Amino acid sequence: MDWSVVAEYYPRLIDGAWVTLQLVVLSGFIGIILAIPMALARISNKRCINQFPRLYIFFFRGTPLLIQIFLIYYGLSQFEWVKNSALWPFLREPYWCAVITLGLHTTAYIAEILRGALQAIPAGEVEACRVMGMRKFTMYRCILLPRAFGIMLPAYSNEIILMLKGSALASTITLLDLTGMARTIIARTYTPEEIYIAAGAIYLLISWMFMAFFKLLDRYFNKHRLVTV
Amino acid sequence: MTISSRERGEIFAITRGEEKYLSKINRWVKAGVLVAGVIAGSVAMAGEKIRIATEGAWAPFNFVDEKGRLAGFDVDIANALCAKMKVECEVVAQDWDGLIPSLKVRKFDAIVASMSITEERLKQVDFTERYYSGGLRFMGPKNKTFDTTREGLKGKVVGAQRGTIGGQYLEDNFSDVVTVKLYDTQEGVYLDLLAGRLDGALSDELPTWNWLSSDKGKSFEFKGEAFAKDDQIGIAVRKKDPLKQRLNQALQEILKDGTYERINQKYFPFSIY
Amino acid sequence: MTVRVTLAATFLGIALGLLGATARLSSFLPFRAIGGAYVGVIRGIPELLIVFLIYFGSSRLLMAIASWFGYHDYIELNPFIAGVIALGLTFGGYATEVFRGAFLAIHKGQTEAAQALGLSRFRVFFGIVLPQAWRIALPGLGNLILILMKDTALISVIGLEELTRKTSMVVNATREPFTWYLTAAVMYLGLTVITTTLLRYMEEQSRKHEHPTDAASSHLVKE
Repeated sequence: MDWSVVAEYYPRLIDGAWVTLQLVVLSGFIGIILAIPMALARISNKRCINQFPRLYIFFFRGTPLLIQIFLIYYGLSQFEWVKNSALWPFLREPYWCAVITLGLHTTAYIAEILRGALQAIPAGEVEACRVMGMRKFTMYRCILLPRAFGIMLPAYSNEIILMLKGSALASTITLLDLTGMARTIIARTYTPEEIYIAAGAIYLLISWMFMAFFKLLDRYFNKHRLVTV
Repeated sequence: MTISSRERGEIFAITRGEEKYLSKINRWVKAGVLVAGVIAGSVAMAGEKIRIATEGAWAPFNFVDEKGRLAGFDVDIANALCAKMKVECEVVAQDWDGLIPSLKVRKFDAIVASMSITEERLKQVDFTERYYSGGLRFMGPKNKTFDTTREGLKGKVVGAQRGTIGGQYLEDNFSDVVTVKLYDTQEGVYLDLLAGRLDGALSDELPTWNWLSSDKGKSFEFKGEAFAKDDQIGIAVRKKDPLKQRLNQALQEILKDGTYERINQKYFPFSIY
Repeated sequence: MTVRVTLAATFLGIALGLLGATARLSSFLPFRAIGGAYVGVIRGIPELLIVFLIYFGSSRLLMAIASWFGYHDYIELNPFIAGVIALGLTFGGYATEVFRGAFLAIHKGQTEAAQALGLSRFRVFFGIVLPQAWRIALPGLGNLILILMKDTALISVIGLEELTRKTSMVVNATREPFTWYLTAAVMYLGLTVITTTLLRYMEEQSRKHEHPTDAASSHLVKE
């Protein structure tokens, strides 16, 4: 083992770690925004409304992320009309392809988590809102969604960690994230063990950072529970 | 504490049920032994056979043909060398990234994968004499014209395969003016050229020539002249492996007796030695 | 090939998960620490990185170990084995937590009762605790198997010709990436449906043994 290569190349690994962080934060953000309507449609009683989220979730949870990334990056360019569309400036960049795929992928998972959380809210609270004459929109905005966020926080933090790990796949579409950077360095130095171990350590650090952040968030969102315990 | 008759019944129920579980466990253990056996079986020990690795994604030098077999100039050369050395050979595929690391940990004994002899690689492995020579050359779509100078390439997106001399040349000389995109395989470069994500690509002249003359590459052309023409392609072996001398000798023999020329003619109408 | 990798990695993962859970629940601190570190590392590092690391690093490690025993020849881990080990390790890390939860869910009184009857520790574990924990853990393990099946796509990067790599080869030949990757996606969906059905059947089977008086007796033990 020759650890001097790590010392020599660690600034480039850090560059890669930045890209990884951006991917996770952006896709986690997209995920939560899209997941709210998705989850609400999913719990609807109307068949025509809950059918689309059902299919969407089935597709994104039932196929490998790698296939989804290839489908969006290499797949979409098969069609001329995609290349001529206004979206192409985005779709031609591997960075945005990765963000879009990761975002769409995590949406499916977060929607399911959110659905579970909404259904876990005690029926009495919903009834209390109704009795007070709240409109459905106000009820969701002021009571149910904030409540659900509190309940789903631990599961959401797990999902973010999974996204962190999933973002490594962006390296297969030429993006120089942490894994992509590691592979590029190795192509030059031929020291896979050392560089991969160093990259692994950085991933661990990032995941700890996220976990600590969510612990803080958990304390903030679930204050009420702390008080009663 | 007294045990009620009901609880006693419960406990006995468990002990009786236990027999059934134990037989189930027995089955699991057997399955486990089977799996372990399969694993041990495939941890292969090297025999007299020489294992040669190629990439399988660098047409026409090495690629996977429609029947799923490895084929191409490199594969033919490897087989011809083995025939001269009178040894049994197995040609295996390995992704480009993993070729040198795998050679070092003895996954195979030699690399015949159109690998250029470079200073950096010589620190890791030994090379035979060249078995062909090449050079680098830019290419791009026919409807776009650009100079292959630093000024001409400014702001362009140029692709190459990760870990090739083309990729490293771009990184070392152009990374401040062009966006360099590195791919796992040359096929990835071609796919993105067709998709319009790349303004151009830098790669070895010969495989590019082959692609440009194929149907898929018909709307692309060479840009500028070939450079780095002193590029020598050799066979990589582990450091101080006596296999190097044997390969060199066999190489001389196939050059002399016309075998090399026959293989050359099969792929290129001009000599690539 | 995808199915074979999934099955082999599941076996390895379950074994590792049981070991890990036992270690994490052990009263011996170093075991607990090893178990905890294993789970922490596996859950924080991308599967793709683990696949690469095992593939490149394992041969070197194995040969280093073998040379201590005076064996200097070459030992190879082919992509299949390397992939199975990498995915098995990942599966094991998550399975550790699933099993740990399941073991904790089993009432302590049961172990104590069994020990009071003079059963050996081995028989208590395999005869009483494991069958019940298995039942509790099954839904969690099922999820892991579904995740694992999709993760097999990652082994394509080290050259194992499973579904994803085969698809890439077809794509290179036909230049129709969308068509073929979508086909592969549909095939994975099919596998998911089959696996889900199988898992549901297994869960039902495991619940068959549930004693109608279970609830009543656990209430009694509590007293």
